[in-house]
Amino acid sequence: MARYQSPAARRYIKSLATLMIAYGFTLFGVGAFFTNHPGVQHPIAYVLGVLPAVPLILVFVAIGRFLQDEPDEYRRLLLTRQALVATGFMLSVATIWGFLENFGLVPHVYAYYGAVLWFGGLGLGSLVNALLEPRASEA
Amino acid sequence: MKNRLRVLRAERGWSQGDLADRLQVSRQSVNAIETGRYDPSLPLAFRIAELFDLRIEDVFTSPSRETEG
Repeated sequence: MARYQSPAARRYIKSLATLMIAYGFTLFGVGAFFTNHPGVQHPIAYVLGVLPAVPLILVFVAIGRFLQDEPDEYRRLLLTRQALVATGFMLSVATIWGFLENFGLVPHVYAYYGAVLWFGGLGLGSLVNALLEPRASEA
Repeated sequence: MKNRLRVLRAERGWSQGDLADRLQVSRQSVNAIETGRYDPSLPLAFRIAELFDLRIEDVFTSPSRETEG
C-alpha cells in the first residue's frame, strides 16, 4: 500500500527541493559577482550580498508552513521535536564557540554557519526521533 | 495510553496501512498510537472511535483506570 502523504507534506518536500536549487544558483551567481567586483560598496552590493540568505530563510518559512498545514498531528510532533533538537544543537555549539573565540582559542567564523549548524541539527533531530520512535514492524 | 486499536483493526482484517488510509494519517501515526507511544488529540481519538462505531472509552483506556481490573 502506498504510504500516505498529505498535500502539505508534498508541498513541503517540493518547496525544500526548489529552495535548495535556488540557493545553489544564488550562491554561485553572487559569489561570481563579488569575485569579479572585489571591494564593491555600492548599495546594490548589499542587496546582492543578502540574496543567498533568502532561500535559507524561506526554508524556515516552509517548515513553519508545514507545521501549520500538516493534518497528521504525529508528524507535526516529530518535526517539532526535530526542530527543537536542531535549535538546541545550534545554540549550544554557537555558545561554546563564542566563548572559545572570546578567549582566543579558536578562529572567528561567519554567523551564517548558525544556519548550517541548524540544518545539521535537523539530521541530529531525525536521529533522536528514530531512537525515541522506533518503527515497530506491522502487526 | 493503552488501547484496543490492534484488536479492533484485526477483527476487521485491516492492516495498519488500511487504518491509516481510513483516518487520513500516516501508518507511522497508527503504529505510534497502537503501541501507546503517542496519545492522540481528542479530535483524532473521536475520529478513531467513530470509525469503529464505538465510544472513545471503548477504544482507549483511561490512564487513571489502567491499574484497575
